[in-house]
Amino acid sequence: MTFTALARRTATALLATAAFAFAAPQAHAGGHTMDMSGKTVEWIIPFSETGGSAKWANFYAPLLSEALPGQPTVVVKFMPGAGSTKGANWFQGEKFEDSEGTVIFGSSGSTQFPYLLGDPRVRYEYDDWNVVLASGTGGVAYLPPDLAAEMDGLDATPLQDTDFIYGSQGATRLDLVPLLAWEMLGLNVEPVFGIKGRGDGRLMFERGEANIDYQTSSSYLKGVTPLVEAGTAVPMMSWGALDADGDIVRDPTFPDMPTFKEVCDATPGCETSGERWDAWKAFFVAGFPAQKMVFLPAGASDAAIATYTEAFEAVKARDDFAEISSGRLGKYPQMTGDEAAGALSSATSVPQEAKDFVTGWLMDRYGVSLK
Amino acid sequence: MDLLSVALPALNDAAALILQPTVLGYLVLGVVMGLCIGVFPGLGGIAGLSLLLPFMFGMEPVYGLALMIGMVAVVPTSDTFASVLMGIPGSSASQATVLDGFPMAKKGEAARALSAAFASSLFGGLVGAAFLTVFILVARPIVLEFRTPELLMITIFGLSMVGILAGRVALKGIAAAGLGMMIGTTGEGDSAGELRMATYDMPYLVDGLKLVIVGLGIFAIPEIIALLRQDRAIADRKPLGGGWATGVRDWFANIWLSVRCSIIGVVVGVIPGLGGSVVDWIAYGHAVQTTPDKSRFGSGEVRGVIGPESSNNAKEGGGLVPTLLFGIPGSGSMAIFIGAVALLGSGSIEVGPSMLKNNLDITYAIVWLLALANVVGTLLCIAASGGIARLTTVPFSLLAPFLFMIIAFAAFQSGQDIWDLVALFAIGLLGILMRRFDWSRPAFLIGFVLSNPAETYANQAVQIAQSRFRKGFAEGIDYVFSPIVLVLIVITVVSAVVGLRQAKTIMAEGAVESGRKRAPVAFLLLVLGYLLVAFVNASLIPDYASADRVFPRFVSGVAIVACLVLLVRMMRADETSPLFADREAGETMRHGLWSTLAWFAGLLALTALVGFVLALGVFLLAFIRFRAGRGWGFAALYTAAGIAFICAMAGLLNRDFPAGLLQDVVKLPWPLG
Repeated sequence: MTFTALARRTATALLATAAFAFAAPQAHAGGHTMDMSGKTVEWIIPFSETGGSAKWANFYAPLLSEALPGQPTVVVKFMPGAGSTKGANWFQGEKFEDSEGTVIFGSSGSTQFPYLLGDPRVRYEYDDWNVVLASGTGGVAYLPPDLAAEMDGLDATPLQDTDFIYGSQGATRLDLVPLLAWEMLGLNVEPVFGIKGRGDGRLMFERGEANIDYQTSSSYLKGVTPLVEAGTAVPMMSWGALDADGDIVRDPTFPDMPTFKEVCDATPGCETSGERWDAWKAFFVAGFPAQKMVFLPAGASDAAIATYTEAFEAVKARDDFAEISSGRLGKYPQMTGDEAAGALSSATSVPQEAKDFVTGWLMDRYGVSLK
Repeated sequence: MDLLSVALPALNDAAALILQPTVLGYLVLGVVMGLCIGVFPGLGGIAGLSLLLPFMFGMEPVYGLALMIGMVAVVPTSDTFASVLMGIPGSSASQATVLDGFPMAKKGEAARALSAAFASSLFGGLVGAAFLTVFILVARPIVLEFRTPELLMITIFGLSMVGILAGRVALKGIAAAGLGMMIGTTGEGDSAGELRMATYDMPYLVDGLKLVIVGLGIFAIPEIIALLRQDRAIADRKPLGGGWATGVRDWFANIWLSVRCSIIGVVVGVIPGLGGSVVDWIAYGHAVQTTPDKSRFGSGEVRGVIGPESSNNAKEGGGLVPTLLFGIPGSGSMAIFIGAVALLGSGSIEVGPSMLKNNLDITYAIVWLLALANVVGTLLCIAASGGIARLTTVPFSLLAPFLFMIIAFAAFQSGQDIWDLVALFAIGLLGILMRRFDWSRPAFLIGFVLSNPAETYANQAVQIAQSRFRKGFAEGIDYVFSPIVLVLIVITVVSAVVGLRQAKTIMAEGAVESGRKRAPVAFLLLVLGYLLVAFVNASLIPDYASADRVFPRFVSGVAIVACLVLLVRMMRADETSPLFADREAGETMRHGLWSTLAWFAGLLALTALVGFVLALGVFLLAFIRFRAGRGWGFAALYTAAGIAFICAMAGLLNRDFPAGLLQDVVKLPWPLG
């Protein structure tokens, strides 16, 4: 299986190279971009080689290399540590003048959350950086069939007297979003901490030890869809997606699935307004619709920002982009330019009340203090 | 039904996976590297695999597996060279081969001994692979039933094996394993994120220590330092002589001995933790018992070569059983193997039940690779025996700086932090002391590896069980005491009892003489001190995060009790007691420990000042000139070659080198910067 994937990847890469050689001359005719020929771009990923960010960067790196003027080599460098804060702190210390655009950084939801929650290890500041790409994703919660059948349409009230077990990576991580959502629905979910990745959570669900779980979109498509087809799992809701006005709508990848907002509306104990809802939405927005972003360091020149923005736009404009990306990234917006800047600001400017609510909730509910 | 519908296609897929030129190329590469590592006395699978680790990051899984299996499988074949030709065990798995192999070489029958050994090795390796195939078929349905309590129980079973590894003093083994587990808990707890023996002011410790660092520090560094200190003369190597065909005929004449010893090897290999260090002795004992004329043993009896060599290759197949099925390391090298598999690909494979479920083709590819590597390794050993035999004559003082270079580079890749090197040095020092005072290092490493699973499985099982008990008592009991758990409890208790009884007769790392009282007691107090600090540190974790407190407190508590009892026994025993084992008393060293270690410390300090590559230049040049006593010209050539090698490797892997203070001030081009 891995080999067919490799072969396919090589084939697409070859095709892409051929196609690009054709299209290259007119792609960056403008004079305001940098020529990067002969250079090596280091793409810093603050995680290990095994996570979702690695897959994302490995997907983009060869495409970016082709799209940048002068076709520099793009290498992905992994700098794992302290849940990505180590790499982000390092990047904060990078000066644009030293690298002239040859160092870029890929952040993730796990970089955003500690920043928002005031983790003492955070020494980085998103406002200093220059975003050139923002990639979104979504998430789906699912249940065993017997529990799913108990739901009264979209009303989750009948589930409120069930003891739920959920395999969790930690309440301060992205798991904050599902845990808070379930609590708002009045579900009694006990997180079992200490799993290494969401894949372990799915295995726990498959073994019948956990009876509620969530996966990000790409993992859901790959790992849970077969369970749904086999009848051992039933989707409960998606987290939804943001429309242009910033409202939560159905996830384009899962148009038939109700969103959490719909389920919450239908459940009497749950409200889609007020402090809790605002906090949930703020952290959902921070964690999913702009989960992974590419940055240039502080002080980047306009030419560098324009060069990278155009390169990512060129990648997005490839004829085969929809085809090669849907399998590896899911059908989610890949934002550049103003769109990316907007996504960054909605992902990192969470209202103080929402932060206060979540830090208070983490302390009360899980005894987690980030001081 | 399951056998036919699932296993056969998987076997087929596995064959297709490995029968590709690239995969076979990597396998041969691994075999060649394994040959080189195994030939050098003292270096075995653990050191070899540790050196491969930096290459594993993000490698295509099958390539990486081919490389690693190639290396692991061939070490017990190639270590025969040192055992037979020099009378020094090439690795811990061929200590017994020396007894009759070396006398045969002295009689001019080196080639006969080697060919008998290779034939036995090949046969044993194939028996091991065949056993593994069948075992996976049979055990897979059971393993797929495993839930958290079963996984916890199998982890405890793995830990119970420490008893058998403990050597002559069981308490030392328990303390060593406890220390390993405590080192394993360093950093952020998995359950509530509380820090154990770490502070946010030292971010390096928050993530805990990596297996690469601990593996290299505990095993590779002490062995290299010891060999460097002995600085063995090279003159005493025996010529090969003739008689290759005779050796193979010898093996065929004793084929049933080979069959029985292979089975012994497999069975002993399956038992976690026992692995390599004892299997050859058991097989040798069996060979002696079943030979009517015992008089020739020790002076060149070929059966004394065939027995151990059949068993030590077979044990690799057996050792993969707990490793692949449960993710429990069967031996020290398997512990590194588990860590390496996690680095392959993009983390899609993890040894243990999930691999049997989702990657059965990969599982069987490992089996095929193992069988193939044995064949390739044997053929290479025979074909190139003249050249390989010459490798044993390379003076270790020329090899050691090269190994230091690679080890430091490998360690740095785990976190890309200068602290990686500091941690490597610190753990290396601990390893040196543990080796010196005969504290079981495999027990330490197994404790380290199993620390995290033991803690998370225990926490999770308790939490899930509580939820089940809330639903009903019967449901809770059903969950906690499933039939598999009960069987595992029985096996664990039996093996612990038998293990502790047998341990006294098993010298996992060879006999160690006892020395004076002071040094062993000082080391014990050092360990005790660390454990006490760790205990207090864990106790300070507040109640709301108690899940991160229970495990380190329990483990350090047990280890502290073991240390205290040991201390009392030491006070009452006299100096000849095995309690005071001290290698310094027995081994003759040409160089002092501290002066040898100072070379390595110098490399570290220089790296912190001027960066790795510049430091390496100074280190290699000075080492070859002054320690190895070669001329300046040779030293310069060696240094240039070494730096070129490491730069090529780093360039190929696209890695950086550790930077020093100099690089903070001046911006230097790669590789200097």
